[in-house]
Amino acid sequence: MTSEQKPEVRINDFAFKLANVNGTGSASANGLLMQAIFRMGIPVSGKNLFPSNIQGLPTWYEVRVNKLGRTARTSEYDLMVMMNAETYAADIREVRSGGYILYDSTWPLNKALEREGVHFIGVPLARMCAETFADPRERTLMKNIIYVGVLAALLHIDMDVVKGMLEEKFKKKPALMQSNQKAIWLGYDYAIKNLEHPLPFRLEKMDATKDCILIDGNTATALGAVYAGATVAGWYPITPSTSVLDAFKVFCERYRVDKETGKKKFCIIQAEDELGAVGMVIGAGWAGARAFTSTSGPGISLMSELVGLAYYAEIPAVIVDVQRVGPSTGMPTRTQQGDIMMCAYNSHGDTKHICLYPANPEECFAFSVKSFDLAERFQTPVFMLTDLDIGMNDWVVPRFKWDDNYKPDRGRVLTREEIEALPVYYRYSPADELGVAARTLPGTHPKGAFFTRGSGHNKLGGYTEVPAQYMEVVDRLAEKHRASRDHVPAPIIEKRPGSTFGVLTVGGCDLACREALALLEEQGYKGDFCRVRGFPFNEEVETFLEEHSQVIVVEQNRDAQLRALLVLETRCPKEKLQSILAYGGFPLQASQVVDGVRAKVRLNKKEG
Amino acid sequence: MSYIRKPAVRHPSLQPNKLGLTVRDYEGAMSTLCAGCGHDSITAAIIRTFYEMDIPPHRVAKLSGIGCSSKTPTYFISGAHGFNSAHGRMAAIASGANAANRDLCYIGVSGDGDSLSIGLGHLCHAIRRNLHMLYIIENNGVYGLTKGQFSASTDIGSKSKKGEVNTMPPIDPVLVAISQGASFVARGFSGDKEQLVPLLKTGLHHKGFALVDVISPCVTFNDHEGSTKSYVHTRKHALPLLESDFVPMAEEITISYPEGEARTVRLHDGSTVRFRKVAKDYDPTDRKAVLAYLEEQQLSGEIPTGLLFIDEEAVEMHEEAKTVDGPLTDVPFSDLCPGSAALEKLMSAYR
Ligand SMILES: Cc1ncc(C[n+]2csc(CCOP(=O)(O)OP(=O)(O)O)c2C)c(N)n1
Ligand code: SF4
Ligand SMILES: [Mg+2]
Repeated sequence: MTSEQKPEVRINDFAFKLANVNGTGSASANGLLMQAIFRMGIPVSGKNLFPSNIQGLPTWYEVRVNKLGRTARTSEYDLMVMMNAETYAADIREVRSGGYILYDSTWPLNKALEREGVHFIGVPLARMCAETFADPRERTLMKNIIYVGVLAALLHIDMDVVKGMLEEKFKKKPALMQSNQKAIWLGYDYAIKNLEHPLPFRLEKMDATKDCILIDGNTATALGAVYAGATVAGWYPITPSTSVLDAFKVFCERYRVDKETGKKKFCIIQAEDELGAVGMVIGAGWAGARAFTSTSGPGISLMSELVGLAYYAEIPAVIVDVQRVGPSTGMPTRTQQGDIMMCAYNSHGDTKHICLYPANPEECFAFSVKSFDLAERFQTPVFMLTDLDIGMNDWVVPRFKWDDNYKPDRGRVLTREEIEALPVYYRYSPADELGVAARTLPGTHPKGAFFTRGSGHNKLGGYTEVPAQYMEVVDRLAEKHRASRDHVPAPIIEKRPGSTFGVLTVGGCDLACREALALLEEQGYKGDFCRVRGFPFNEEVETFLEEHSQVIVVEQNRDAQLRALLVLETRCPKEKLQSILAYGGFPLQASQVVDGVRAKVRLNKKEG
Repeated sequence: MSYIRKPAVRHPSLQPNKLGLTVRDYEGAMSTLCAGCGHDSITAAIIRTFYEMDIPPHRVAKLSGIGCSSKTPTYFISGAHGFNSAHGRMAAIASGANAANRDLCYIGVSGDGDSLSIGLGHLCHAIRRNLHMLYIIENNGVYGLTKGQFSASTDIGSKSKKGEVNTMPPIDPVLVAISQGASFVARGFSGDKEQLVPLLKTGLHHKGFALVDVISPCVTFNDHEGSTKSYVHTRKHALPLLESDFVPMAEEITISYPEGEARTVRLHDGSTVRFRKVAKDYDPTDRKAVLAYLEEQQLSGEIPTGLLFIDEEAVEMHEEAKTVDGPLTDVPFSDLCPGSAALEKLMSAYR
């Protein structure tokens, strides 16, 4: 398409990117845009691609609108909003041919930056700000709001919706409300008067988000912990997981403070480090509380030592890992699925853990609750692995529901009376069909006392260095882990008639893979979809692998960790599994999966 | 290592305490430490303390790290839940346990390696939190369990069994704790039970973190000439600053002291600790003076013992956090889960 041709009109199917400077207030303006589109009933996603920096470095925000709900990340930008002169060159290069570029024309654009086949739209944002607002900070902030106004005109964002949002947001701050309203109309009116509008791609109200909410995964995880009845949290700040504890605290302050006494029904400890944090969780679990911690890869590395203790001594603990790019400090503000292996076998010696892999905030909420049930049922640490994209970006998901009949599964814990009735109590015998023995909580009954140790112990809990006695216990732990496979969430499987291959994936790859499979079908490649949601893998995963002669495992790490785990932990022969790996740090795109599958799958190859 | 049953810890009379329990009910499994190890004497002092204080065994939570010292919770109060955790991590684990159930009586046993090297961070932060627990460091100036390496509490000039001389400055748990804002700091000697038992009793009654550093000679690796943590050296240099008696709330103070020589500090629960001054003008509530004095003593090689510092005004972790009065583990689920109606309402905020 050249710029001369009259482009066809595209409704509710486009993407745009905003290039900003970190710390200039762009985040709230960009959030506003995304929320307005959501409120117009249109499926939308927003990806914040931010630097590990507080102020001054470049930061981007991407918005994708798609009426079919295909809202995985895409880098096919129809429009670029350039608010950072430092990144002009790269930003201009990134917009698709025939696309549009909105820039601040207060200063003329360097000739060298011009590009054929794209449309430049200049708006003198800084000048408009300077003429309207006196306060320097306000000038910076309102520039963002002005471009929201411009975009509203160009993309047909419903101004009533925007107005309503501003009113809600600044209900208690009339001065701010006034400047925001002023700025937004300034931009809108300017565009109507001076720019060709609307653009050929634009919005139209839909009814697809009525029963949905706009929420990030970390908030959802925290809410799950509140609903599960977690009372103790130990943590240490780390991007991208910090907001889990921030949200947990906010919710607890709202729901868990005794109205009469002002006393709190929760205890949050900001620990000295992640090892301390998980130690607190283990201590609290041992004492009988539902306890959790939230961290990212570097924190899990530190926790490893005590995770093994909790595994061996059989103490419930919930550990949330909001994954970011490793190794080492890596890229703290970028996303990856690089901790799959580390969590599955975390700690020294023979250890295996229950892992849950939510794909979006809706599952973060549900699996967060589930994690506590599993941890107590199986008396073991449970990892819930999300990632930066799920945890920190806002997603459109169905409203969360709660069943008031939910009863926490506290697993096998003996009451005072039950202990009293026992002739003698042993911590690790007898075990039930899941391989779990009843535990007692400190303080309950003198007869229930036992000695918890991370050192070698026999099935009665006594110290041992005898091979057979040691093996008896660790063999039961392996059995217990195996038994949990029927209790972790089952995979999501979607089949297509006549499919010739399978795509198997995990967590945040969900949307991109499903979109890719839909696109591939149009191109004649028919594939089935399987998203694993828990480890150990349950039978349905085995069946999916058996049913397909070629399975492409899509994941976001360099070393094909999910594939490796499948090779180790299922009956599937290694040769059957191929990989598509995306590990640069940005959320997965459908195009990456499409390209990968086309390179690996031969057309008209029948299943056999 | 000796596997001979240690002589049972004997109380003058095997009289039952107020709970009808005898001292035997506060014992644990047979010790597997070396005969003569200072840690066993501390175990005996702990047993006597809990027995005499009439504490129900199952209301005690005893925790430790890893080391010879950290093995000892197996050797006392078998009716208590025990947690022999990981090297250096006990303070963190105790923090979580206490967060969950504040009503138990927490006692932690650690070593100088456990507390002053690998676990120093956890210790300092438990002190900052003013976690309500009795924390005992069985300090032998050596890594016993790993066979005799210098620890962080080894003094300058102290000689290892192999003849090496330590040149690095020691970390003194007492000084660290006081400068860290600890609310109760004491030092005892495993060879002086008459001093140690009242210290432990007072520590148990203190609301907040009670650190008791107990010099506890390692007969196998650090009891030779040239070691500053040997029995001989400790006996020679121990400098009892204050003698203290613990007086439970209900009991009358019967001992009388010469005018001006006694000083009483009232503990949170109404019991009191009475100091008989040995060192002139020593005031265990004056943090600045205590620090200055102890630093001076450390340089001169003396080992001040006794209840060295106490601050009964300090706010304990749960008070600071304004947690509910009872254990969090007792709060019913219906009080923790906001329910479907609240969720329904909350969801509107995410539109
Ligand atoms: C992570 C870790 N590193 C090292 C060890 C080995 N280790 C066991 S006990 C110990 C030192 C114990 O010294 P201390 O705490 O002073 O106890 P003591 O034996 O002297 O009573 C060490 C280094 C361990 N158990 N864990
Ligand atoms: S090695 Fe030392 S510390 Fe360990 S038991 Fe023997 S005497 Fe005690
Ligand atoms: Mg030692």
